[in-house]
Amino acid sequence: MYGNAYIDPDKAPNSLVADEDPVKLAEFEARIAAGEKIEPQDWMPKEYRKQLIRMIEQHAHSEIIGALPEGTWITRAPGFRRKLALMAKVQDEVGHAQLLYSAAETLGKSREQMINDLITGKSKYSNIFNYPAETWADSAVIAWLVDAGAIINQTTNARGSYGPYVRALERICYEESFHLKYGHDNVVHLATGTKKQREMVQAALHRWWPPLMHFFGPADKISVHSEVLMKWKVKMASNDEMRQQFLDMYVPKIWDLELTLPDPELRKDEETGRWIYTEPDWEEFKRVINGDGPCNAERLAVRRMAEEKGRWVRRAILGEKAKYVKPFA
Amino acid sequence: MDFFNEDHIAAAKDLLYKMADDQLIIGHRNSEWTGLGPLLEEDIAFSSMAQDKIGQSEHLYELLHQLGESDPDNVAFTRNADQFHCCHLVEWPIGEYDFSLIRHFLFDFAEAVRFDMLANSSYEDLAKIARKYRGEIKYHTMHANTWVQQLATGSDESKSRMQNALNETWNLALGIFEEGKYEDTLKTAGIFEGEAVLKRRWMDSVIPLLEKYGLNVPDESTWAPVYGGRQGFHTGHLQPLLSEMTEVYAIDPTADW
Repeated sequence: MYGNAYIDPDKAPNSLVADEDPVKLAEFEARIAAGEKIEPQDWMPKEYRKQLIRMIEQHAHSEIIGALPEGTWITRAPGFRRKLALMAKVQDEVGHAQLLYSAAETLGKSREQMINDLITGKSKYSNIFNYPAETWADSAVIAWLVDAGAIINQTTNARGSYGPYVRALERICYEESFHLKYGHDNVVHLATGTKKQREMVQAALHRWWPPLMHFFGPADKISVHSEVLMKWKVKMASNDEMRQQFLDMYVPKIWDLELTLPDPELRKDEETGRWIYTEPDWEEFKRVINGDGPCNAERLAVRRMAEEKGRWVRRAILGEKAKYVKPFA
Repeated sequence: MDFFNEDHIAAAKDLLYKMADDQLIIGHRNSEWTGLGPLLEEDIAFSSMAQDKIGQSEHLYELLHQLGESDPDNVAFTRNADQFHCCHLVEWPIGEYDFSLIRHFLFDFAEAVRFDMLANSSYEDLAKIARKYRGEIKYHTMHANTWVQQLATGSDESKSRMQNALNETWNLALGIFEEGKYEDTLKTAGIFEGEAVLKRRWMDSVIPLLEKYGLNVPDESTWAPVYGGRQGFHTGHLQPLLSEMTEVYAIDPTADW
């Protein structure tokens, strides 16, 4: 899950739109129901704005934090072909962050504020990047399967209602599909290569499976709030639906390579068409999201260091009198 | 290449090695900014330039391969530091953005002049590469120039940082133009007009720009070019860089990665 809309299920059911103008709200909901996009200058409920900022911002943070585990392998990539491809891929991810921060800025929060919230730990990013990429094969598994998960998440969100986010996602998905090809090609080379290469990719796959199962988040609690988010087309599919789609598309491809996955229960129920799996360890998921993962501290420390080291550059180009202007679209 | 005698080939190889090694190493260094730049736009810019440089180096190693050297991956990923011909300037860690930016400015203007000169080389395969990549390098110098101007004329802190970085980097940059033993051969064969001509033209292009932005080029009496790189003598920074770069490749150099 790159970005997540979330409303506390215990919050009072009618609190979401309590002080909104009912006529404007009805018009807004009718536009969404008719498939129209909401643009930055349009009227929108406060909760809609808040949820979108939260979701797009988390997505943007995931892109720049995600550049770190893979970025480590740019300087180690074996051979020109892989080195150039990985550089281009990670560069794309940073470019996605740039696009997404701009999309979130149209809702009234500046990039500076968002990055401050990231480095102070106030705002989250995809949990999966709190795990280390221990070997070159880990970077291959990330490029294939984390990007595959991201594509499922993002093509789903690209059907949403907020114009600037949808347009950014369409462009992002186009690039992600190249990353997936790169990652797949890389994994295939390792899986069909020397004994050592095969061992590397098998081990990496076992390491990354639990975080991949966590990727889409725990099953959604059905509440009045999640129904509102669905109606507003902020949330487009349940976490479980996306996880099923991921398993359906990629487990057969992994098994085709004669690689194994660390879940003895994993199989498709041919009658229901649903995948059966061991329930992921959601306690671990919560623990890692709340800061106690193997790399949380390191990721934020690197980001903080980059922000601090670059401050003089940003100050010098902004000048004394610069003030924040919200972009149009 | 039938007009080449053995001397010409040796001279061309020497030239190609130092150019390709410079580009590979500075490209590698620039790629280290990925995820760490002072602003996202600069992350992206440094990554683009790094990709260009590494792509250009691969192309030059390909020419070396045509002249009988091993293939590009093998040449780039299996040599030790003392077999590299890059100048010291490109080996230094990225440091702060001020150093990386001034290095990029000084290196890329030299590169731009070198490729302009080589566009008319009698070594037609190299001339073709030079003509092809001149367009890419134009954007690198444009980027460097824009940022050096902005920061050299920005805040008090950025001005003083630019000046300090220039002072620290100048002698390293002069090391780009270390002459090799084939200067005369390259000239008489019409392959390359030589490092001395390159250095003069480089100074004609960078000094007026730096002065325009209010930066002081170190006094000529203090100039002490840092040489050695072209002969395989390097800073202590190169071998760790190479060990990291080749870490995966070295697991099995015969494997298909």
